[in-house]
Amino acid sequence: MAVEKYLRIDRRIIFAIITVAVIASLIVKFELPIPASEPVQGIYEKIDSLPQGSRVMISFDYDPSSKEELQPMAIAFLHHCFSKDLKVIGMTHYTGAPGLADLAMNSVAKQYQKTYGEDYVFLGYKPGGASLIINMGENLYTAFPKDFYGKDTATLPALQGVDSLRQINYLFDLAAGTMIETWLVYGKEKYKFEMGAGCTAVMGPDMYPFLQSKQLNGLLGGLKGAAEYEALVNKKANAVSGMRPQSVVHVIIIIFVIFGNVVFFISKRSGVRNA
Amino acid sequence: MRRDTNFFILIGTVGLFVLANIILMAFGKLPFSSDGFGIILGAGITLAIYSFLYQDNPAFKIAENLYVGVSLGYTIIITWFNFLKPDLYEPLIVPLFSSAAEKSPQYALLCPSLLGLFMLLRFSRKLSWLSRWTFAFVVGLGAGISIPRVISAFILQQIKPSLHPVFSGGETFLSSINTLIILLGVISVLIYFIFSVEHKGAIGKMSKIGIWFLMISFGASFGYTVMGRLSLLIGRIQFLLKDWLGILQ
Amino acid sequence: MNFLKRTVPLVIAFVMGVLMTMQYYIPSRYSQNLLEVVTRWDRIIAGFAVFIGAYSLFHLHWTRIKRRVEGWGYSVFVYFGAIITLIFGCLNGGKFFWSDKQDGTMFDWLYFYVQVPAGATIFSILAFFIASAAYRTFRARTRESTVLLVAAVLVMLGRVPIGNYISHYIPAIADWIMAVPNLAAKRGILLGVSLGAVATSLKIIIGIERSYLGGGD
Repeated sequence: MAVEKYLRIDRRIIFAIITVAVIASLIVKFELPIPASEPVQGIYEKIDSLPQGSRVMISFDYDPSSKEELQPMAIAFLHHCFSKDLKVIGMTHYTGAPGLADLAMNSVAKQYQKTYGEDYVFLGYKPGGASLIINMGENLYTAFPKDFYGKDTATLPALQGVDSLRQINYLFDLAAGTMIETWLVYGKEKYKFEMGAGCTAVMGPDMYPFLQSKQLNGLLGGLKGAAEYEALVNKKANAVSGMRPQSVVHVIIIIFVIFGNVVFFISKRSGVRNA
Repeated sequence: MRRDTNFFILIGTVGLFVLANIILMAFGKLPFSSDGFGIILGAGITLAIYSFLYQDNPAFKIAENLYVGVSLGYTIIITWFNFLKPDLYEPLIVPLFSSAAEKSPQYALLCPSLLGLFMLLRFSRKLSWLSRWTFAFVVGLGAGISIPRVISAFILQQIKPSLHPVFSGGETFLSSINTLIILLGVISVLIYFIFSVEHKGAIGKMSKIGIWFLMISFGASFGYTVMGRLSLLIGRIQFLLKDWLGILQ
Repeated sequence: MNFLKRTVPLVIAFVMGVLMTMQYYIPSRYSQNLLEVVTRWDRIIAGFAVFIGAYSLFHLHWTRIKRRVEGWGYSVFVYFGAIITLIFGCLNGGKFFWSDKQDGTMFDWLYFYVQVPAGATIFSILAFFIASAAYRTFRARTRESTVLLVAAVLVMLGRVPIGNYISHYIPAIADWIMAVPNLAAKRGILLGVSLGAVATSLKIIIGIERSYLGGGD
């Protein structure tokens, strides 16, 4: 069949088309509307409504393999927190995350002249997952006796008045794995803090039951979620510009799917006719 | 012949990469500093890994194995600074062996340390049975803490919105329909996963509906997976165009 | 000996399981202190697991090098990467590992310029394969697969800004797919998995599920 040869093309041609499409749509600039969806708006409004000095905990539960989706979210969210003068407490369950979390917190804090220890702290990494969350829920200082830089956590002004997770006003989990569920089951369920999440797009559909049950008050799903948050806080960066190639390549993949199916049906029909 | 061609392609590509970096540094696009060389290394590793798309080659394998090694080293060092040092070395080991220590040793930490060491005995032929004590502690504890919490957070709290009254005032007609569709979907998917009953008659019809809900959900997951993987690619190309080549602002 | 090897672990699991389940329903100071202590112990034990993983990986690559299996040379790079990172991590910018962690050292440099780009790039390769798979194998062969395909296309269009340009209905339909049928299916799966997890936990506590003991006597 003549048409079937199009289905057997060297896959490197497809790779090349995708590469060219991404590069071209990054270089050629065009505006695309990025309206905030309801789950993203939920997180934004919550942070906006928190009074100055409220404590927001960010759990950076990802490593370099998901950095391109979650780091823009972390940066946009930190912009919002620091612009509202909230106290930010960072931590992570992932061994690969401290460097990225440290970079995000320090670089954004610098832009708002925030002081480490007074306006924000980074507790670093600890193993344990569920046990760590419960330990933090009972006593933050036995869970994290020292911060990431080795400072005694009991002496840090940003943590004054915080004994456990019960005193956290909002928890935002940036997750590439199952940590959102772990936070919900072992943290929010007992210690009753409000919680929002940012996750990789792959995990996005799994989070909808928690949004409807109000266990999560909002969700940033993938680079799109990050772009919406960047637009909301007016700090347009990599996620917003990434929406151009994202749109273009989605259309290309849909064309691929439609073309593949058309060829499939043509060859199937002519196969039946020949038989 | 084919091997030779591939070898020349590899050498040619490496040569081009070196030349490109010399030009970038000469024209000030990349700083002559540790960061500048870091970006070059990062770009080199990125391109080496993408070379796999052409075909498997030594550059890809070297980058891949180097990544595994560095990640492993990073994990060990971070575990030392963030866990072993503040949780065991400083509160237990230092006060035990140093007369200058301000605080007395926390002897209670000997217990989890011992259990942790038992776990490492997994690799010993004679004493590997001791690791079972540790696993029993971890698994028993995990089972105990999870039962009430999973029932509360994942079962009761998830059933609650599905049993939301369809007409309690304030909802639109469409939202009531959606509530009913969700209820139908949850029940039919649960029925689909009951394999101890033959899927015939009413059960068969419900499980068929469950399949349709699952198919829509898998479709949505596929769409989101495409979106996610593509976002990672976009991020890497942004790195190459922005941080390395300086084309994007 | 069998008592120490089999009975003691089963007793430990039973006691810990029952104790921690009951603890949830006892709101006393003692019960909370117990919870704090055992979870602290558990996370300390979990920290040791890192070394099991590290040992396994080192052992695997050492065996490859020792036996000269095909491609053993690449395993040398695992050791090279790990050793160089460990050396710079221990040097800690000249303050050595017994001091607090220093920022901006060669250890951080290796993380930002080897681990971060490599980790991010390896997973981004999947973008190409998923595009290729969509072209070659994503077919509407049956009614069910047609539903899957249509849902995927609508979500892919509705979740990017260009979907808005084509029609305002596309994002609305994508939102509906996510918040109604997708939610229902995911909730069904979640309830099933949760019930299974509770049942498995009960089986562990009462000693029916013993796979964590491993093989042997």
